[in-house]
Amino acid sequence: MSIRHGLLALLRTAPKYGYQLRAEFEAATGSTWPLNIGQVYSTLTRLERDGLVQAAGEPVDGRAMYELTEAGRDELADWFDTPVAREARPRDELAIKLALALAVPDVDVAGIVQRQRASTMQSLQELTRLKRNSKPDDISWLLVVESMIFAAEAEIRWLDHCEAMLSRHRRHTPVAVEADDESPSTAGANR
Amino acid sequence: MNAVLDIRELTRVHGEGPTAVHALRGVSIAIARGELVAVMGPSGSGKSTLLTCAGGLDRPTSGEVLVDGTDLMTLSRPAVAALRRRRIGYVFQDFNLIPALTAAENVALPLELDGMRTRTARSHAHKALEEVQLGELADRFPDDMSGGQQQRVAIARAIVGERTLLLADEPTGALDSETGEAVLNLLRDRCDHDGIAGVLVTHEARHAAWADRVVYLRDGVLVGQAGPMEPVESLLEEAR
Repeated sequence: MSIRHGLLALLRTAPKYGYQLRAEFEAATGSTWPLNIGQVYSTLTRLERDGLVQAAGEPVDGRAMYELTEAGRDELADWFDTPVAREARPRDELAIKLALALAVPDVDVAGIVQRQRASTMQSLQELTRLKRNSKPDDISWLLVVESMIFAAEAEIRWLDHCEAMLSRHRRHTPVAVEADDESPSTAGANR
Repeated sequence: MNAVLDIRELTRVHGEGPTAVHALRGVSIAIARGELVAVMGPSGSGKSTLLTCAGGLDRPTSGEVLVDGTDLMTLSRPAVAALRRRRIGYVFQDFNLIPALTAAENVALPLELDGMRTRTARSHAHKALEEVQLGELADRFPDDMSGGQQQRVAIARAIVGERTLLLADEPTGALDSETGEAVLNLLRDRCDHDGIAGVLVTHEARHAAWADRVVYLRDGVLVGQAGPMEPVESLLEEAR
């Protein structure tokens, strides 16, 4: 990660200008990851070189609008579908992935949470096997393994928490009302 | 796979009509000899219903529950009770030991209820207590033991005799984290060495990680699992 994937995610719904992408990126990640406009444009240039985005229409006032290519859509789908490896996480890519998944429509957020939970559980199982097979007096190694166990455990608890928050959020967000005799507030409360 | 527990399309509905609660909706899972499977899910996701149906304590609305190849639904109530006494062991959060009986008497009780002679039952009980490293505390009463020791007695009671299936509902819930780990280590050992199939309901990820497979229940449906898709043994057999 991946400013690249962040920008691809934001381009999913419509073509956008660089300055728009910067503002939306910061809004989606709660400004935990500030970007400067130079980073946005250099990333867009690399994405264009790699065939993942292309210019949409003619530039206006020297500013180009970008849109996703087919390859860009595939790359984005892969990113959302692939669990983040625990060892390769410079910033909290997982938190950012979830924030962006919520910010763009039609992403299966619950699916992302479940795939990540299963992947982290698999690491936790591996670590538990390591712990079980180590000598009880090898305390330095056990401390290291435990630190990784605690980190994995914390991530799983956080994912459970996200899932519970998301389902509460869905229950309290009124959906479009189809029946005429039902007001939006009761429709939301009944869910 | 030669499954000890084979649950097929299990559905359990409590009540009828608009107030009906679908505790389980078409859950299928098979557990092999020597395999430990953890079930995780929030309250109300159907974990306990799955366990009580697996143990013949509750009857599914539809679907099959096969224990050692026998469908519990096809058996009479006394036959289910007999199968439960002989084949299925339970471990609960609060141990459920009888305070007036010693550790050995508690462990021997299910065998004696099943008609086994006291002497034979006691010798099985002592063997089971040794397997949970409690041989020297056989004559203690539960109140004179720590929580961890009591839970080990409960595990001995659950594996004594010819048990093939062990069902554990939050067995570490009342224990501190280190004692809880020791209990998990013990369950793991019994599966590895005695070929017992275990189902472990827990909300602690670090305890679920002792299992071969972790399955996730949400609103009565299995939504995913972690761990190898097939037990290692079956992969080895295929490679032969």
